[in-house]
Amino acid sequence: MSEHQDPNLEPEVELIDKIEEEMRLDDARRVKVLSPGMLVFKRFIRNKLAVVGLGILFFMFTFSFLGPIFSPYEQTQVFTGLGSMSKDYAGAIFNEELRYTVAEEESFSNAERAQFLLALGKGEETFSVGDDVYYFTTESEDTYRIMQLDPVAEELLGRINPINGGSLPDGFVEAYETASDNDQASFEFDGTMYRITQNRKAFQISTEHDVALASLTIYDAYNQEDTEEVNAYPFMLASERAIAEQDTEFTVGDKEYAVDYQEGRATILSGDDQPYAEVSNIIVNPLDQNEFLTVEYKNAIRDAVIDREDEVDFTHENGETITYTISRINQNYYIKRETPTTLIRQYEAPSADHPLGLDNNGMDVMTRLMYGGRVSLLVGFVVVIIEVVLGVIIGGIAGYFGGAVDTALMRFVDLFNSIPFYPIVIIFGSVMDTLEVEPMTRIFLLMAILGILGWTGVARVVRGQILSLREQDFMVAAEATGIRTSRRIFRHLVPNVMPLLIVQATAGLGGIIISEATLGFLGLGVKYPLASWGSIINVSSDAYVMTNFWFMWIPAGLLILLTVLGFNFVGDGLRDAFDPKMKR
Amino acid sequence: MKNFIIRRVLLGIFIAFFGALVVYSVIRSLPSSYVETIARQRAANPLSTKTYQEWLAQLNSVYHLDVGIIPGYFGWLGNAVRGDFGESWHYGIPVTERFNQVVWYSVIINIITFVVQMVIAIPLGILAARKQYSRTDYAITVFALMGISLPTFFLATILKYVFSINLGWFPLYGLTGRFHTSMTPFQQMADMAYHMVLPIITLMMLSIGGLMRYTRTNMLEVLNSDYIRTARAKGLSEEVVINKHAFRNTMIPLVSYLSYLLPAMFGGALITETLYQIPGIGFVAYEAMTRGDIPFAMFYTTFLIILTQVSLIVADIMYAVVDPRVRVN
Repeated sequence: MSEHQDPNLEPEVELIDKIEEEMRLDDARRVKVLSPGMLVFKRFIRNKLAVVGLGILFFMFTFSFLGPIFSPYEQTQVFTGLGSMSKDYAGAIFNEELRYTVAEEESFSNAERAQFLLALGKGEETFSVGDDVYYFTTESEDTYRIMQLDPVAEELLGRINPINGGSLPDGFVEAYETASDNDQASFEFDGTMYRITQNRKAFQISTEHDVALASLTIYDAYNQEDTEEVNAYPFMLASERAIAEQDTEFTVGDKEYAVDYQEGRATILSGDDQPYAEVSNIIVNPLDQNEFLTVEYKNAIRDAVIDREDEVDFTHENGETITYTISRINQNYYIKRETPTTLIRQYEAPSADHPLGLDNNGMDVMTRLMYGGRVSLLVGFVVVIIEVVLGVIIGGIAGYFGGAVDTALMRFVDLFNSIPFYPIVIIFGSVMDTLEVEPMTRIFLLMAILGILGWTGVARVVRGQILSLREQDFMVAAEATGIRTSRRIFRHLVPNVMPLLIVQATAGLGGIIISEATLGFLGLGVKYPLASWGSIINVSSDAYVMTNFWFMWIPAGLLILLTVLGFNFVGDGLRDAFDPKMKR
Repeated sequence: MKNFIIRRVLLGIFIAFFGALVVYSVIRSLPSSYVETIARQRAANPLSTKTYQEWLAQLNSVYHLDVGIIPGYFGWLGNAVRGDFGESWHYGIPVTERFNQVVWYSVIINIITFVVQMVIAIPLGILAARKQYSRTDYAITVFALMGISLPTFFLATILKYVFSINLGWFPLYGLTGRFHTSMTPFQQMADMAYHMVLPIITLMMLSIGGLMRYTRTNMLEVLNSDYIRTARAKGLSEEVVINKHAFRNTMIPLVSYLSYLLPAMFGGALITETLYQIPGIGFVAYEAMTRGDIPFAMFYTTFLIILTQVSLIVADIMYAVVDPRVRVN
């Protein structure tokens, strides 16, 4: 060893030389007596790495235990901010379902509608529901006028009989026969239209009256008070017919209307050239039923849908221009607009207020790291205490009594040692997951499990040390004084094991913190809303977070690395300091 | 020597027996609701061909859950010694079959890691010991301690971040690339080797520190022993002293270090494989355990216990082989 003498010793030697010149040989101050503790401390301080480690640990403890006191935020404080979010505002769709406008005082219920659709599908012109017979005509593509037939007479085998008794007017039979011979479906007699329909072998002659209009077009009134009139049967019928014929004018009752055609829609103007109603086959509905969409707005959307545009700028009545985006999913068009919303400020980049940004829950990463450090360090310490207590008791007993007790206890240690650590801890973790253990309880259980699985190392060291100490003279003396066994073990032997225990515990702390962090990282350790350094890095298992938000996981990882490094440096330093003969 | 081996083997069997019993007790002590939930989940799986009752019945028959822990354990042991570990719940095939499918990936990764680690760590450890307290020594020590202090997951994530995402040199996950099936056998091997680079670097960096410190400590001990002083006194060159006298004796304690190789090799690197999603035994076992696959978990833990015992026995025997002093005692 002599050739490797610590260079730091030399200045001291010089110092002593200097003092020697000034003092007499028997001067009491000349002989420097240091207590064993002081010697250890001096040797420790001389180790640069150990001092660096101590500095790191000091910083970590300050950060974790004092940091939260000064941190302006809470551990689980969620930061929200106003942001704009693209939200669904309205929906548009090409109408593919027939809409029925029922004439006044008539009814056209689901049963009739179903029969109508069946007849439409089969290409028939009449259908019956119960005793009622209906007839429909095609006014234009996708517009059907449905009429109910009121039978007047019936022809069976050439005989014509009135249905409700009474008699048929003169000339009626002739008119019918003329029509029948010419294979006409209807004839006019005395200003009334009669329709001939076949009912099995009989022919029925009926008058007709309007019941309903089935159409794919949508009517929107410009003035809300006109809605009822617009959707009333007479208006619809007249306008549908006019549009089918591409007429520019039509009348309903005594009112005159003009039609202005645009691509995909038509505007109906009232007599004074004011837009009155809008006809289109695109339905535009607000998502929020309380919202009212003006016809102008609907027109803008319809035009955009027809022109396949993605964006519409629309100026509302209050003068505000809002950009709407249109996206198509299958047959549906979704109109979205940027809406101011309260948002959780997820993944916010570091700023002056939040030095390490905000995490996936909008919580301050820095504050989480402080609280997480508390948990990580506390778990480390509690586990080490459990390990040391168990290890000292079992190792102490084994070492002191030796023989059969020693063999039995050491086999017990071997047994515990053979249990694979991670599999067992992972099984425990997933069981706790399944049972949904409280986050706080979870931490305590975790400490217990880590402690129970880790005490064997301490037990071995303690046993080995005590086995050799037992043979020494001071133990023989202790035995000779006749003191209790427990006292001999814990007063005389254990203190002598202390240095080794401290070294073992310090070095072990690093390993425990890594184990705890690994479990946290795997999602089996400390759970949200509580944090530990490991569970903070857990988010990096999501490749998206790992790639884009370094500030969420690198600081936590560095804290773990530095802390463990600190414990290892200090552990090494302590070992060298306690026993200079031992090598690093 | 013979007696020693027999005693050691008997002790190993004893420990494996009770170790498996402990694991069995832990698994048996799981709340029954958990087992039932798992059975129900398995039964609810559309791919499952068994009903809840059948799953529960299978569980009972394989693990003798209807009897106490001790008879149950003997029942399980009876099946296990005949090689029947039951059917994995998660993978739906016999546990041992699944094990055979994946274990070789772990073995390959660990052998490569081991070789690289030896080549780097032992010379560095020796160098540090020869120049004790020099700047080189401090640098190596700090480097070694860094390796020990790095949590696996952090190192792996950093490596992925740097080499996969920022530099794009290596793939993020998995063992095979996208076009693996359409490759020639040689290309397939190259593809797999390419995917193994980062996991091997991770494992290597983590274990290199420990081995380096271990070598250094041993070397220091050897260098301070009398026979080295004698060798030097004889006037042997430093090279001969180090390579012939010191290095060989350094290898003796390393034998016990090697005993960790066997469990690591067949037990897989649980965390590393999981992080890189390498379908080795570690990853497969992790998946099985987190999903409550009791048959697989039981097999895996028992296998690890036995493996550890075997490796300890081998280490003890090897110790006796390389160090005659042990043999005499």
